[in-house]
Amino acid sequence: MRPGHGEQLIAEGDPSVAEDEERLVEAFRRQLDEGMWAAIPTTSRGGRRQAELVRAFEDVPRDAERVIFFPRAAGGAA
Amino acid sequence: MAVALCATSLVVLALLWEVSLPFWDRKLEERRARKAAREAAGADYDPGRERRAEQRARELLKSCVNDEEWGMYRDLGFLRVWGGSAEVPDEARELRGVPYAYLIYPHKPIVAYLPQTGRLLNEYCVEFPDETRPYGSPRLPDSDDVLAKWMALKGDERRLINEANMHLPGRQIDPRQVQRDLWRLGQWERERLARANQAAKGRPRAAGPADPTS
Repeated sequence: MRPGHGEQLIAEGDPSVAEDEERLVEAFRRQLDEGMWAAIPTTSRGGRRQAELVRAFEDVPRDAERVIFFPRAAGGAA
Repeated sequence: MAVALCATSLVVLALLWEVSLPFWDRKLEERRARKAAREAAGADYDPGRERRAEQRARELLKSCVNDEEWGMYRDLGFLRVWGGSAEVPDEARELRGVPYAYLIYPHKPIVAYLPQTGRLLNEYCVEFPDETRPYGSPRLPDSDDVLAKWMALKGDERRLINEANMHLPGRQIDPRQVQRDLWRLGQWERERLARANQAAKGRPRAAGPADPTS
């Protein structure tokens, strides 16, 4: 998610392929370095929709379809 | 005498022209630069960009939340998220109920309240500023703002609440509006339940009960 633009594709690939994984890791780190938060939408066994915040690429489940990056939360206008 | 005065005037005018020439050159350059900037801005301006961004954001939100939550946002303009959802397992929550809940509005504070009584607890002011550009930038599309709050609450409720500025109810959102929204939410849920019951009567018996928390 990018202010003023909305959703944008940053990188895509198969993490089981070494080249793709390297590219995904680099894109993931770059986003976190820029102060973004990373979330993975998930569905629980009961069908409930959840989200998981991850801080490292290693924490991303191998079967995750997507990781959504969004600007880090900050205290809003008081 | 007259000839001398004319000659002096001409010399003065010529000197003034020489002195003021750089000034007029500069003014002309500035005017040209402003005109070029206006034309460039006009060429880049895309009146549909924000609308398309919001459309994409709605699709993304719809793909992340469940049908009930999507319907709630589409029909009412806000989302309700149960408190403590990340820490309490589904089964335990069904047995114990939820102690509190949040209302998520686009670009407004998150409102915490007690579902059993409708009592408002706090407002949590939170933003998602773009830190990649130090001079500031436009905000997230409405639906992206809602999704960011939803993901942050679901993923790490405590972290989000710690980052937010907490205020008593009524600081930014009129409590009467929130009470109205809670009433609308109750009506909406009753109608949804009635529709689901009607649909179930028209169908053969379902395999199992619907998940009330999803």
